[in-house]
Amino acid sequence: MSEAAVSHYLAEYEQFRDTLTAPWFAQPRAAALDFLRTNGFPSRRTEQWKYTDVTPITRKKFTVGRSAPAAVDDAFVDSLRFSRLDCHELVFINGSFSAALSRNEPLPEGVAVQPLQSVKPDDALLLDSCFVDGEIKNAFSALNTAFVNDGVLIHVPDNTEVAIPIHIIYISGQADATLMSNPRNLVALGRNAGASVIESFAGIPDTEYLTNNHTAILGRAGSRLDYYSIQQESQRAYHIGNTRIRQQADSRVDCHTLSLGGKLARSDIDVELDEPGAEVKLNGLYLTNNRQHVDNHTLVEHKQPHTTSHEHFRGVMNGHSRAVFNGKVIVHEQAQKTEAHQSNANLLLSGNAEVDTKPELEIYADDVKCSHGATVGQLDENMLFYLRSRGVDEHTARSLLTYAFAEEIIRDIRFPEIRERLEHSIAGELPDTDLIEEFVK
Amino acid sequence: MTDETAKVEELVHQDYEHGFVTDIDTDTVAPGLNEDVIALISAKKEEPEWLLEWRLKAFEHWTRMAEPSWAHVHYPPIDFQGISYYSAPKAGTDGPKSLDEVDPKLLETYEKLGIPLHEQKMLAGVAVDAVFDSVSVATTFKEKLADAGVIFCSFSEAVQNHPDIVREYLGSVVPVADNYYAALNSAVFTDGSFCFIPKNTRCPMELSTYFRINAANTGQFERTLVVAEEGSHVSYLEGCTAPMRDENQLHAAVVELVALDNAEIKYSTVQNWYPGDENGVGGIYNFVTKRGDCRGAGSRISWTQVETGSAITWKYPSCILRGDNSSGEFYSVAVTNNYQQADTGTKMIHLGRNTRSTIISKGISAGKAQNAYRGLVNISKRADNARNYTQCDSLLMGDTCGAHTFPYIETRNASAIVEHEATTSKISDDQLFYCRQRGIDEEDAVNMIVNGFCKDVFKELPMEFAVEAQKLLNITLEGAVG
Repeated sequence: MSEAAVSHYLAEYEQFRDTLTAPWFAQPRAAALDFLRTNGFPSRRTEQWKYTDVTPITRKKFTVGRSAPAAVDDAFVDSLRFSRLDCHELVFINGSFSAALSRNEPLPEGVAVQPLQSVKPDDALLLDSCFVDGEIKNAFSALNTAFVNDGVLIHVPDNTEVAIPIHIIYISGQADATLMSNPRNLVALGRNAGASVIESFAGIPDTEYLTNNHTAILGRAGSRLDYYSIQQESQRAYHIGNTRIRQQADSRVDCHTLSLGGKLARSDIDVELDEPGAEVKLNGLYLTNNRQHVDNHTLVEHKQPHTTSHEHFRGVMNGHSRAVFNGKVIVHEQAQKTEAHQSNANLLLSGNAEVDTKPELEIYADDVKCSHGATVGQLDENMLFYLRSRGVDEHTARSLLTYAFAEEIIRDIRFPEIRERLEHSIAGELPDTDLIEEFVK
Repeated sequence: MTDETAKVEELVHQDYEHGFVTDIDTDTVAPGLNEDVIALISAKKEEPEWLLEWRLKAFEHWTRMAEPSWAHVHYPPIDFQGISYYSAPKAGTDGPKSLDEVDPKLLETYEKLGIPLHEQKMLAGVAVDAVFDSVSVATTFKEKLADAGVIFCSFSEAVQNHPDIVREYLGSVVPVADNYYAALNSAVFTDGSFCFIPKNTRCPMELSTYFRINAANTGQFERTLVVAEEGSHVSYLEGCTAPMRDENQLHAAVVELVALDNAEIKYSTVQNWYPGDENGVGGIYNFVTKRGDCRGAGSRISWTQVETGSAITWKYPSCILRGDNSSGEFYSVAVTNNYQQADTGTKMIHLGRNTRSTIISKGISAGKAQNAYRGLVNISKRADNARNYTQCDSLLMGDTCGAHTFPYIETRNASAIVEHEATTSKISDDQLFYCRQRGIDEEDAVNMIVNGFCKDVFKELPMEFAVEAQKLLNITLEGAVG
């Protein structure tokens, strides 16, 4: 199965190599193709993919979009924007940048926010941040490296703060083709720089496609990044996300991921805390229904002393859906005084839903405070009773508590507009949307 | 050097207390493994045809299986053809009729181990089926057990005297092709213990087996089968020591427990095999498959283990909660020091309704040791109202050791409640300071804190084992602090 897929993508590459206009990727591309050729796609025998079968993806022969992307309904694009929040907006349709739909706000001196296509090959800035991550982790990161043609480069120089959030919108899907897009986003923050970056993935309803995204983040000493990844792909779509974060001394990254859409979605977040004082917060929420399959993998490596990580993932599963969570924390030998906390809570609403969770700790240093917890369960009977005793009927009480369970993850999002949008999205994904909104609003 | 450090140094370099070799003739088969060797073992043990076939089936599976590499342990490849698969002490042709006829050197060995058989009878309620290498030598308290209808004998005897029971249950919990080492064991096991508790019987005493590995280069492949019929109850103790050796010795045992309706099995282990010297040379490779099947409604299986020995421990005592309302428990203390490696934990497979499981695991890592908890909690679709609580705590002593947790939680039922908690830390300076300022020296303070850390598990052990376990823990960790 995997061989057929590999040869398809190798053939696809041969057809499209001339149109791939990012020459600085030439070398990694060759390595990526080699990787694909030798290793193929992962099977369930690989520990990292034990609970996620990628055959539905490898069976489909996704192609690179051959013609200019079809026009997208303006109202649909607008529904993805944050109307009351000023943002730098970069909109991509099937992986290609659309200048017409994008919006630019004035940026501070020296800040670069631009599509990869428009970056000059010899731009030192780019090379600097682009190869934050040359490593190929699996077939999907190889596929991304081989086919990457566009994405966003964000570079914030030292001691600069970008106050306005940068919103990257990927809209995918075409009625008459099964397309794939392989965007790559490179975010590099200089010393004591600050920024907020939002990635939104959405699809034309009822289209089938693959989004294979790769985001590399480098936080230099003292920098601060607010990063959001909101995945609302079409119900028939496949989404693979790879995020790699590397942090230097006293930097901080707050990472929020939301997996709401897609038929099969897999997200990998790898964090390396490379210098003392680095701190990362990973918050995640996954809501699944029908036959959706959502897999979240996180890896946090504490490489130096005095590094901190807080991880909190929650999931609500309904229908015949399945969710997978795998959180791994590695504390290296020299990383004394590390603090690492991880928790994963799951709510199963349906007897046909499944959750597989695996919170792992690998600790090689002794002076550490590490903990992890995982729960699978139902709504608290006491809370239900409390609401019932105040005259709320059971059905409404359950809906409200389910909403409250999910909402905990997004409660501390800084921008009210983003938070409200997400609250709305969450309510929309849960049963009894109207009921919840009536109470919450 | 102060007195205290000198004492610690001395303790650190203390030789393994039970490390000695008894020089007696053994009837050993040349190293190597093939169908002829298996046939030879089977013939020597005068086994029925079906058992030989069963062994050969296991061997066939084994040849097609690959050695597992997923555990968090590292060791040089094992040469399975370099091991002798059968070793029986020569003790006359007819075998001993009573203790007086037992080879005096064997008795001496037991004296050194602190389990003098002739004194055992007087010890409170413990029957000992002592296994010296691979053949059972003496069994005590048999009459008393026979009165209650309990069968407690060596595995070879069970094969001869109760073939129907053995045939019915052997391999029904751990199938021949279950895993690499279980298949190997199924092909070449030489002896072990067999225990059968009839309906509505409470076993009148705690059953206990001491295992011991002796002849060099002889892997020991024990097979234990415990069957508890409806409404019965048994508590089974297993403890082990082994002599000092420079080569690594392989131990691949299989333990199968079957609990029928409302039966209860409590299985306790204190494992103190030779862990290798302070440079990580030698030591036992302990690759064990232990599994209990709560086959009947309302049955209960409880595993308690204290793992202080072995160079490598690879062991996951598991419970299959098949019967409705059945429950499984796992209490474990795993201590690793020097270059020891342990990858241990449990599997709780919830198949029946209203099934409950509890996992309490305490890992202590010192020196350059690596200690991993690996567990699986699986709630199947049918298992309504299943409940699991897992707590695994790790204590690190020293900055060159490691503690790891790999819990797998798979839930397919919306009414299940599964909780997993884990923490990793070192002994806090505050706790130590508190003890020190009250005049308790550091070594004692650490022992006290560590024993407190393990209390939840120790309190599950039968009385005499609990005492032994605490002593072992202190010995294992001597010199690890400071």
